[in-house]
Amino acid sequence: MEGRTRIREITASETPDRLASDDALLLDVRADSEWRVAHIPGALHVPMSELETRLPELLPDRTRQIITYCAVGSRSLHVLPAIEELGYESPVSMAGGIVAWQALGFPIESESGLSEEKRERYSRHLLIPEVGERGQVRLFETSILLIGAGGLGSPAALYLTAAGIGRLGIVDDDLVDASNLQRQVLHSTAAVGERKAQSARRELEALNPDVDVITYEERLTSENVDRILGDGWDLVVDGADNFPTRYLLNDASVWHSIPVVHGSIFRFEGQVTVFKPPEGPCYRCLFPQPPPPELAPSCAEGGVLGVLPGVIGSLQANEALKLALGIGEPAIGRLLLFDALAARLDEVQVRRDPDCPVCGERPTITDYIDYAEFCAT
Amino acid sequence: MVVVRIPSLLAVQAGGQGTFEVEAETVGGALRQLPVSDLLIDEHGELRRLVNVYVDGEDTRGLEGLETPLAGVSELRVIAAVAGG
Repeated sequence: MEGRTRIREITASETPDRLASDDALLLDVRADSEWRVAHIPGALHVPMSELETRLPELLPDRTRQIITYCAVGSRSLHVLPAIEELGYESPVSMAGGIVAWQALGFPIESESGLSEEKRERYSRHLLIPEVGERGQVRLFETSILLIGAGGLGSPAALYLTAAGIGRLGIVDDDLVDASNLQRQVLHSTAAVGERKAQSARRELEALNPDVDVITYEERLTSENVDRILGDGWDLVVDGADNFPTRYLLNDASVWHSIPVVHGSIFRFEGQVTVFKPPEGPCYRCLFPQPPPPELAPSCAEGGVLGVLPGVIGSLQANEALKLALGIGEPAIGRLLLFDALAARLDEVQVRRDPDCPVCGERPTITDYIDYAEFCAT
Repeated sequence: MVVVRIPSLLAVQAGGQGTFEVEAETVGGALRQLPVSDLLIDEHGELRRLVNVYVDGEDTRGLEGLETPLAGVSELRVIAAVAGG
């Protein structure tokens, strides 16, 4: 070998072509801690002190072209003779190391699986110490079910999707109506007549293809609620538009032990809270009984200021993200009251009711009831 | 003098007025002065289950109910469930 002119280094800029055209392989020879922070996708990692013992086992094919790299290109050059000793043909080192690679804008990833693309996309989360990479990965692993893709569901879905929630379920059997467009910002004029779940899925997938959007084009009922809630949800965001669905969801979520981020609106007023028994109360502890129908018109009957669900649904998304990240003080046992006309946000304490028929000490309701009848009386 | 705030679905029944200032010794005494008192208190003189009443953010059901004294209380707040989404 001595006396032969050997190419022992290649530049970072020619490395991708070499990897694509040759039967070449990148070998990261840095320490474990360096690898965890950032490395080149697809590279094999064997710290330089372990090459002799581990490389032959990990790479039995001695004919593969090895391109070594380290941080700036010195260690990767230094290890070439040792690799040749092991019988590999003509290994080369990438000059400038991963620093040069990154400077060229080539992709890197970290142990957590955050690609450079994801680092860019979620950079404003990664900059917050309370979220950071660990929190962002938690969001990727979180599954949130939305009841309703209407006024509240629209902003909640948009923000949760933008935040990179892993799985987002949407339960809605309604069609987009022209009268929805004044506030249901997830749906466009072109979607009028389409199923809200389908319109929502299209918009959310366009916003963030990382998110797995799962649609249920059905109304939540006593018959399907166990199946839908059984699909592995960490949290439910309640944006339903009627009392029977809200009480049904409450009972089911207590029995399935899934926290509910509640939001509800009427004209200029909105309410937000988190139901998470046994840590806090459930919906029935707060409101054992709904107002009679003549006192409690829906948005369709009583109207609602278009921006109100934007405020309340966003507060719900805020609570959902906090619960998913395990940060801050979630609104458990606190009912937030927003008044759009007065521009006031107040709160009242909500305690668990030990006599609650569903989450109390001696529950009297242990199976689904006729919710329409319960809410009509 | 205590300020009583009622939710808009009840304010609709009170000619649109949502805030009242009343003089009363107890929560019940204050609620009985409101134009919507029959929607808040039933024929047995009990607070209806469809509303919650809070004195400065505390649920009166965990205090003395309608007998809760208003001394030192600045705000009485009536809340009912709303369904809209």
